Amino acid sequence: MKDWRFWLAEQRGTLLAVGIFVMMFIIYSSNHPAGFSPNVVQTAANKGVLLAFVAMAQALVVITAGIDLSVGMIFTLTNCLASWVVVGSPLQVAMGVIVVLGVGSLCGAINGAIVIYGRLQPIVATIATGAVYFGIALALRPTPGGGVDETLADAMTGRVFGVVPASLVVLAAVVAVVWVPFSRSVTGRAAYATGSSEAAAYMSGVPIRRAKMAAYTLSGLLASIGGLFLTFFTYTGDAAYASGNAYTLFSIAAVVLGGVSLFGGKGSAIGAIFGALAFRTIGDLLFVFDFDPLWQPLFQGVVLLLAVSLGAFGLFRVRNRLDWFG
Amino acid sequence: MTEAAPLFCMEGVSKRYGGVRAIEKADLDVTAGRIHAILGENGAGKSTLIKIMAGVVAPDEGRMALDGRAATFASPAAANQAGIVCIFQELSLIPDLSVADNIVISNPPTRFGMIDRGAQRRIAEEALARAGASDIHPLALVKDLPLSRRQMVEIAKALARNPRILILDEATSALTAADVSKVFIVLKRLRAEGLALLYISHRMHEIAELADECSVFRNGQKVATYAAGSKSDNEVVELMIGREYSHVFPPKPTRPKSETPPVLETRKLSWTERLRDISFSVRAGEIVGLGGLDGQGQRDLLLALFGVLRGCSGEILIDGKAVSIASPAAAKSKKIGMALIPEDRKTEGLMLPMTVRDNLSFAALDRVSHGGIVDREAERRLIDDMIKLLGIRTAGIDIAVGALSGGNQQKVVIAKWLMNQPRIILLNDPTRGIDVGTKQELYQLLRKLADAGAAIVFYSTDYDELIGCCDRVLVLYDGAVKRELVGPEITERALIASALNIDMAEVGRAAVTA
Repeated sequence: MKDWRFWLAEQRGTLLAVGIFVMMFIIYSSNHPAGFSPNVVQTAANKGVLLAFVAMAQALVVITAGIDLSVGMIFTLTNCLASWVVVGSPLQVAMGVIVVLGVGSLCGAINGAIVIYGRLQPIVATIATGAVYFGIALALRPTPGGGVDETLADAMTGRVFGVVPASLVVLAAVVAVVWVPFSRSVTGRAAYATGSSEAAAYMSGVPIRRAKMAAYTLSGLLASIGGLFLTFFTYTGDAAYASGNAYTLFSIAAVVLGGVSLFGGKGSAIGAIFGALAFRTIGDLLFVFDFDPLWQPLFQGVVLLLAVSLGAFGLFRVRNRLDWFG
Repeated sequence: MTEAAPLFCMEGVSKRYGGVRAIEKADLDVTAGRIHAILGENGAGKSTLIKIMAGVVAPDEGRMALDGRAATFASPAAANQAGIVCIFQELSLIPDLSVADNIVISNPPTRFGMIDRGAQRRIAEEALARAGASDIHPLALVKDLPLSRRQMVEIAKALARNPRILILDEATSALTAADVSKVFIVLKRLRAEGLALLYISHRMHEIAELADECSVFRNGQKVATYAAGSKSDNEVVELMIGREYSHVFPPKPTRPKSETPPVLETRKLSWTERLRDISFSVRAGEIVGLGGLDGQGQRDLLLALFGVLRGCSGEILIDGKAVSIASPAAAKSKKIGMALIPEDRKTEGLMLPMTVRDNLSFAALDRVSHGGIVDREAERRLIDDMIKLLGIRTAGIDIAVGALSGGNQQKVVIAKWLMNQPRIILLNDPTRGIDVGTKQELYQLLRKLADAGAAIVFYSTDYDELIGCCDRVLVLYDGAVKRELVGPEITERALIASALNIDMAEVGRAAVTA
């Protein structure tokens, strides 16, 4: 029969996010004084990928019907850590990168262990661990400072072949190396199953714990890639509380915009990436139309509300009102 | 029955939940190449029995053996590994995954560590074909399928695991007649292939068509195993009955009430495929029971009356006037005056961590408040009255409801709704899991409320209660009223027979000659 129809239905959320982003980006670049130039794309990409990594991290956890309120703090912590360790000789820099990614994964794994074995609700567990991670970040960088290997930083934030932003290339590589294998593996399938109906997953003998553990750990890893990039852009480490919190909340917004259901079991990290890029473009749109930046939060809120409303149409079809609650 | 060595056997298996014994020293033999039917009324222990076999719950005592070797299953996955696959009544499908994803969920085919979608598709198509459901597209999402199709996917999923023992728990309850006959062909083929099948069903004609042997359970114990066809329907019903009558019921009024107009009436009330053309009426002072097997639409009927279900067709009349009840809030309004005592008191009836006071006054806050401010003194008086009326045993009204016993919790649920002085009281199996003493107090209370002029609709899975409490009983089957029993017609025999959809005339005749 018509296989592509089923594929389309399944990817609807992701495609919608892609659509929203492309539309916004066209409006943005066509109104930008410099037009659709490599420079404009590079600036936009560098601003977008940070949230894209954090949103991917959030998406993995949300797919299991959890939520991770510590992603922004892992992002901040790894930024501070990178400003200490990603320096020195090429070998030291490489080791530093590995340490940063390892610490990020460890943070995620701790979240996972608390949620799985401590049986705490993800929202409570990650608020607590998020505060701990921020505390460590603050201990590492009481005041902004430190540095990063500038050769690596410039390579990562520059352009490949003079056209394609390097940050986008890394983002694509991470999708290929982390997301694609995960989503196609038994563990990834189990993560979706767990998020959709944990009881049914259990009855079907699905490895629920392994799936959650993998989701949280990879989430920490992705957040730390984001933290690494933040260091590449800013050349410093900064334990900024407001920024960490903003990334956490924006990541949830991006995930929702990207068609990932907060009830779990539905959506993809690709959708979350485009959700993040679209969310970032909203701010840029105001810039090219010369709006006062003060309007940015309000405008972002309205767009988010509209996008979420699209997803709520399904509730009109509910026949048993008790289904609204669960 | 003993010509072949049993593939699986169970000896002296018991399981208790709290103080309630779900199953007591049960024995069961399952033989390869045969279909073994399990019969028993609500709460006879069938579900627990198969949950033990499928590794969902662990037995308290007793032994199980597969192929003559002792077997214990720590999880459903372990039971699957051993070749025991169960199709549960509550579906075990994942709504957001595709049909193919679901069919291979327990053991997906992999290549280089990733799921091989091509192989998965082939397995799914093969399994669907084996289940006689090739019309289902493997890429469709399960949540988009109607219930009967999902049930077919469930069967395909079980077959894809290559079971040696296949347990079907009411697996046909959601199926259309055409699907049932397809499933029967599949089941007979599986029997010919040498599988052992355990078939739990309430539909006697299905058992007559399929089963090779039958076991009857009552009160958690196996009371008989016999070759299919060797007993009449009537004898089977006899086996299923036989509990002692331990409840004390208040006397029923004898005066006829038919002159008073009905307080609540429905005409051709229907909702999706779960309720079909239900027409009935309840007068003030009357207790009308809802009987039948679990899950035949009784709960849906109560929810429909209470304004929880959307898209109902047909009419609901209060005091002879058609009304539309759009929400529980509308149902409890003074004009309608309805109350629903829910089945699951822990989630729908009470806020367990909150105090007795708060729980009691939720539904009746507007009665004790002036201009939006709660009058604590009036609230206290009303609550004291209620606690006295129902004899709720609590250390005070400011302790958490969760600290009370199950029976007292249920009294709080009922008290909460009585504070509103409802004229129509709907009860959804209110005595489940509460002690005998509290049950008796409840029966007295129901009769007292009816005498005071309330119209009561009482759904119970306990036939004794229906017999002891109700003036009339509607027996539901498959979402429709199968039979209405009035006064002395309400007997256990009549209830079970009509619940099983057996021809009443035949059972009635047998009863006369017996």
